[in-house]
Amino acid sequence: MSEAIIIKDAVCSFCGCLCDDINVEVEGGMVKRVRHACRLGSSKIMGHARMESPMIRKDGKLAAASFQEAYDRAAEILLAAAKPLLYGWASTTCEAQKKGILLAEEVGGVLDSTATVCHGPSVIGIEEKGLPGATLGQVKNRADTIVFWGCNPAEAHPRHSLRYSSNSCGRFTPKGREGRKIIVVDVRETRTAKNADKFVRITPGSDYEVISALRMLVAGKGETVPDEVGGVLKADLADIAATLKAARFGAVFFGLGITHSRGRYKNIDNALSLVAELNSHTKFVIMPMRGHYNVGGIGQVLAWSSGYPMSVDFTRGLPYFNPGETAACDLLARRDVDAALIIAADAVSNFPRATAAALADIPVIQIDPYENPTTLHSEVVIPCAVVGVEVEGTAYRMDGLALRLRKLVDCSLPSDEEILRGILESVHKQRQLTANGGA
Amino acid sequence: MGGLKEMIIKGGIVYDPANGIYGEEMDLFIDQGRMALQAKGEEIDARGLLVMPGGVDAHSHIAGKKVNTGRIMRPDDARQGTEPRSAVCRPSTGYTVPNCYAMGYRYARMGYTTAFEAATPILEARHTHEELEEIPIIDKGALTLFGSNWQVKECVRDKDLAKLAANVAWGLCAARGYGVKIVNPGGGEAWGFGANVKGVNDPVPNFDVTPAEIITGLAQANEMLNLPHSIHLHFNNLGKPGNYTTAIETLDLLKDIKPSRMRQVVHVAHMQFSAYGGTSWRDFESKAPVIADYFNCHNHATMDMGQLLFGSATTMTADAPLEYGNARLTHNKWSNHDIELEESSGVVPMTYFRKMLVNAVQWAIGLELALLVNDPWKVLMTTDHPNGSPFVNYPEVVTLLMSKPKRDLEMATLHEQLPKRTTLAGLERELDWTDIAIMTRAAPARVLGLADKGHLGPGADGDVSIYNLRPDEVDTSLDHALVKKALANAMYTIKGGVVVSKEGRILAAPPGRTFWVDATVPQADADRLMIDLEEKFAKYYSIQIANYAVQDAYLPHANVIRAGLSVPQEVA
Repeated sequence: MSEAIIIKDAVCSFCGCLCDDINVEVEGGMVKRVRHACRLGSSKIMGHARMESPMIRKDGKLAAASFQEAYDRAAEILLAAAKPLLYGWASTTCEAQKKGILLAEEVGGVLDSTATVCHGPSVIGIEEKGLPGATLGQVKNRADTIVFWGCNPAEAHPRHSLRYSSNSCGRFTPKGREGRKIIVVDVRETRTAKNADKFVRITPGSDYEVISALRMLVAGKGETVPDEVGGVLKADLADIAATLKAARFGAVFFGLGITHSRGRYKNIDNALSLVAELNSHTKFVIMPMRGHYNVGGIGQVLAWSSGYPMSVDFTRGLPYFNPGETAACDLLARRDVDAALIIAADAVSNFPRATAAALADIPVIQIDPYENPTTLHSEVVIPCAVVGVEVEGTAYRMDGLALRLRKLVDCSLPSDEEILRGILESVHKQRQLTANGGA
Repeated sequence: MGGLKEMIIKGGIVYDPANGIYGEEMDLFIDQGRMALQAKGEEIDARGLLVMPGGVDAHSHIAGKKVNTGRIMRPDDARQGTEPRSAVCRPSTGYTVPNCYAMGYRYARMGYTTAFEAATPILEARHTHEELEEIPIIDKGALTLFGSNWQVKECVRDKDLAKLAANVAWGLCAARGYGVKIVNPGGGEAWGFGANVKGVNDPVPNFDVTPAEIITGLAQANEMLNLPHSIHLHFNNLGKPGNYTTAIETLDLLKDIKPSRMRQVVHVAHMQFSAYGGTSWRDFESKAPVIADYFNCHNHATMDMGQLLFGSATTMTADAPLEYGNARLTHNKWSNHDIELEESSGVVPMTYFRKMLVNAVQWAIGLELALLVNDPWKVLMTTDHPNGSPFVNYPEVVTLLMSKPKRDLEMATLHEQLPKRTTLAGLERELDWTDIAIMTRAAPARVLGLADKGHLGPGADGDVSIYNLRPDEVDTSLDHALVKKALANAMYTIKGGVVVSKEGRILAAPPGRTFWVDATVPQADADRLMIDLEEKFAKYYSIQIANYAVQDAYLPHANVIRAGLSVPQEVA
């Protein structure tokens, strides 16, 4: 039995916080103890039930197969498809994402990420207005006013407040929580709201109107604002606008409560405009609370590879982007794709019912460490090593900062990158065979 | 071809000003990817054609967070310039903010083989290197931002030059950076609370230092470390009417500093944006003659043009307050990105119009600078890609410099008030191929301190561009359209002895190398520095010091240049 070793400053590969101060105790090739991580991160690093063997569906049942058989079958499906969808990419490395983009180019597919059911509307809002942002350390050191809008970090990003936002201490914020004003805007009183100086409960679906009212008040045109907007009294809104303007450094964090409620990308467009205008009075930044630990990374890698951050259609040989047309859910709802590779995401659990149902009618290849509802729909299942625990590589934090995830323990399973390389090689091989056969 | 990287280029008219060759017919040899006295292998027929070293771009925004932010906020831009993938190439997209692949192919097509990214915060250097590695063909490097860094300011405040040098060396190593970039020094700090600094003697909030002290401190540290490149400076007040006084004032701060190598003490980035007269946009005018006169009378500074051309651009800079101003002025979309303890930055799309007087004057200033400075070794041809214009428009800039008739044709299409605000109409000078070879090859390599670039002497990198132009026959003044066309697509671009592009077609896309500078400092200074840095990471940074530096995995094609205190001085 080998002795326990402590790996210091590991990077947690759970959420977009990418906490990089995790200490992990490893003994006999197993993670024994995780320190500093939240419960969510700790549970991921400690590990749980895994798929162990590749599987291919035969006579309606998934049966064990070799990796090569799985790669060949996956390549066969992708080559036979007129328009395959390559979806997921949020919980893997940038190195795997690069291979995935190459595969999408090779087979002429559409590549989309989980942002499409998450912060996709934020991306469209940024295309309209730009993103006035900052790294999280800038918020930690300078922000005296923080707004959480439609997000609940207390439960979704448990260490966010202490490491980066409301309760963190920095150079110009030595008193931490005590020296800050925290405003939470949501449709229900979340755990995050309990930590707020002011909780603003708005009527569901009224985010756009409330932001518009704040913009008018900030601009000094309060006379046009009605007595009540989105269930909030004008006096309260005026109070909030005054607080925002009085900030020395303000930060807005927003989540799916605003990206996927009525108005969607227009809500973000409006929030970005509010923040841009606040900069005429003081300093303000805004940032989406990205969920999966590297959903930011696929946006970055896709942008530098193709020019677009999501929903990229490679079927024309050159990248084409038109969200609403080339996004995964739209394609599936129209039944416009005829095969799917789902990697590092669970599409069946997270997609609207009609789109998830469309997946059941086309061959699906799944690459994932864990069995999940997508497995039930899959023709080919390929288990992989867990990134940040068994595989090293790059991930982008919610503020766009790249960090290198560590490998903590060995794993006999291949990485996502190796699996994608295996499929790519099989694509080349089968193309060659077809070419030779046809000659 | 390819494997042995051996070839003979026969009979070209060679311009290699670094070696005193100004349009001589001669054969060139490449062996093992480097220029040689003789070689065998493939023969390339270049009889009578223009031959120069591969182009070197010393200031271009080609990789990193700001460039990618430009892409993400501009899907409209990505729709331009698309080319499908081929057997050799990945797909190309974009005009002002092309994808990584297009960057490599487009530089190569123009005969360029090297380009340096102009501004990288240390904290985000990993991202920069991820993109640099994806850019095919060309060699590259990235300058590292130090001008608003907390540790830098504290060393400057404490007048601890040895610790400052250790800090610069550590930062370059952590960022795998090539040189010291300073952007609107102190302004990034002020912008942390929404303000700016207004001049070199305006105190930087919270740190008890001035921009002047930051600039001179970093220049001295740069020379203590004997770095291949000098400090690379984006002035305070850039982009504002009347800012030429700030430029002169800043240059004067540096004139008595001794360079540690045969080069300038300061390289001024995109001079065009800092040669402005007037008190507002209403009486805005060119002060290029004053600036050019200063460069003609002093030898401690070089500049790049930062030429502006009409049409679409994407402005991106670590000068974040400037970008906020741009966004407010044009009502355009605005991205900002502050980097904790280090910098700030911004991105704003821009269109420059012929009939807008300010834009026309800006266009003229870049050309005036290049034509009024007598010594072409002091002026590099750039557009500050993509701030003034995308780099694909370099052939337009070259032909404007070579042809007075072309300038006259252009000026006839511009705002009528232009001649009252600039001297351009009266400038008769037309640059020749020697001037151009210096401004696009020899000088950028010398300014950066790249010994094996920008010339064709034995041992130099086997980077050669051959153009379908006969210098003995073509009249560059009258045949400017022909010249522009030939420069846009080199007949051959040879990189490290491999033909990578032929008549605009990419034939090979090997990975390029990334240059960075590893400077040694006395251990005692490094130890003193680490005490400060460890405290900063414990209290202020949002990541651990162990996860900060760029890992070697991000530079699989690294080319390390050694510098530092133990390197023998080259200048007596």
